Amino acid sequence: MIDRVAGVIARHPVLAFFVVFAVFPFVVPYESLASQVLIYGLFALGFNLLYGYTGLLSFGSAAYWGLGAYGTGIAIAKLGVTSLWLALATGFLAAGLGGAIIGMFCLRRRGIYFAMLTLAFAQLLYFVGFHLADWTGGDDGLRGITRPALTLPGISISIDDSTRFYYFALVIVGLAVAGLHRILRSPFGTVLQAIRENPARAAACGYDIQRVKWMSFVFYALFMGLAGGLEALRLNVVPIESLFWATSGQVVIMTLLGGAGTFFGPFVGAAAWLVLEDRIAVITESWALVIGGIFVLFVIFLPKGIWGTLLTRLSPRSLG
Amino acid sequence: MDPSALAAQVFTGLVLGLIFVLLAIGLSLIFGLMTVVNFSHGAFYMLGAYFGFFVFGLTGNFWIALVLAPVMVGVFGFIVERVLIRPLYGRSPDDPLLLTFGLSLVLVEAVRIIWGKFGLTFDPPKALAGAVDLGFTYFPLYRLFVIGVTVVVLVALWAFLTKTPVGLVIRAGSRDPLMVRALGFDLSKMWLLVFGIGAGLAGLAGVLAGPMRGVYAEMGVTMIIDSFVVVVVGGMGSLPGAVVAGLLIGQVVSLTTFFVPKMAEIMVFIFMAAILLIRPSGLFGEEGLME
Repeated sequence: MIDRVAGVIARHPVLAFFVVFAVFPFVVPYESLASQVLIYGLFALGFNLLYGYTGLLSFGSAAYWGLGAYGTGIAIAKLGVTSLWLALATGFLAAGLGGAIIGMFCLRRRGIYFAMLTLAFAQLLYFVGFHLADWTGGDDGLRGITRPALTLPGISISIDDSTRFYYFALVIVGLAVAGLHRILRSPFGTVLQAIRENPARAAACGYDIQRVKWMSFVFYALFMGLAGGLEALRLNVVPIESLFWATSGQVVIMTLLGGAGTFFGPFVGAAAWLVLEDRIAVITESWALVIGGIFVLFVIFLPKGIWGTLLTRLSPRSLG
Repeated sequence: MDPSALAAQVFTGLVLGLIFVLLAIGLSLIFGLMTVVNFSHGAFYMLGAYFGFFVFGLTGNFWIALVLAPVMVGVFGFIVERVLIRPLYGRSPDDPLLLTFGLSLVLVEAVRIIWGKFGLTFDPPKALAGAVDLGFTYFPLYRLFVIGVTVVVLVALWAFLTKTPVGLVIRAGSRDPLMVRALGFDLSKMWLLVFGIGAGLAGLAGVLAGPMRGVYAEMGVTMIIDSFVVVVVGGMGSLPGAVVAGLLIGQVVSLTTFFVPKMAEIMVFIFMAAILLIRPSGLFGEEGLME
């Protein structure tokens, strides 16, 4: 039975995603937690594309999450954009553009240097965001982001209500999940995984691995930008911490808790992080101590994460 | 523009640069021998300052604190290497980076629990208070002392690495670990030693910086990021690179603070990007090595 369910999930991951998240708000203690899991899951999904599938460890994810959040936020609060689609697209494209430029620099180096360079560029953006207070609100954060109505040909629906916002986010995130599925199944996705396993051999097969890595970086940034834009709409505020290094660390932890290189790991990890945060914050202020400790134990004992470990336990014919 | 203020700023940059050098050399040594990127290096720096403050509080003697704090951080480094990092050898080089990242979160939070959320003030000892007339400018005596201590420690480290048999094994091990093992040396002892030395140097940087820059739980965060920049600019695994790049970045920070204060934090990254465009492997780095 479990094997059969696992088989269906493996064959139709996008469908499984929609089914699970359609009922998800009814099984979590409160609805805003459900939207957070969706949005942070998308954030981790972007990271997973780069780290889990391409093998590039970025410590600068905050840059693209922040560009997405500020892009969408500034479009609404400062530029007076009233179209939901245009606002989300602004953040999405800002993050993609940032990823295209920063990726070009960072991908000049490999391995550990790459991780450090991504971190350094994210900090650069943090300080820029901090000082450009006229646009970003600086230390106080960007305020006054109202949710534009959802407009489709012929109809216009308000998404101020939290349930409506959740299902709107579900459709957007679901489209992103479908997009990732499509990427991974394409020849391009296969090359990504080949680069993760053995860059020298992938290059010897005639693939321009520099170009493929760069494209993966741009996709990563685009996913993150979309997540950041949704978060700006959810919170109605963009705090300056969006660009801070701790945000980059958060997505690393979420993805590894869930299981890097697995399709649903990022969502499992985001849920694990958010539920833990929710529970532990009630007991103690020192929540970072607990999550840091759990993360250390995961790196040593459960490097495949929750979902990755479950998959190998459930089925020896690893389902990926 | 006041030339003596500028000269003082250059000296301040020199002090900051030497702190960077202490951190970057430890990072570079650990990476060179163990291919471990120690993300918790900034937390070790912070621990150095807190241990210094703690010992100073117990004994009332700055000199004991100055000696004991780096030793305590070094011993802590031994424990971290043995208990946490050792299980990860042979796995992806990303794993120790991830682990030490988690460890730094734990350490920062633990320090907040023990010493409180607010920063502490850690005054330099009376003997080092006041300023000295350098002829062209006045400069705080404590900062001159920091320059002196750092130079002595760096020379001693250089002598250890180049003139002693153990130093020879460490350098050989970072070039070709397989050959060194084949010759019958136990590299795992060297890993322990090098991790401890690196942690101790970070602790020394912390206890020296405490009286100048204040003692607070997040003090290591910006330092570790800047030290990564130093290592990237200098070339990973290159000790002369760490020294030259550390001093350069110290001046970049200090002079930008003087001329365009708003750009101070940003300039470091612009400088790094420029260096990477000109020399992708860093000033002293070799292409393809240590990646």
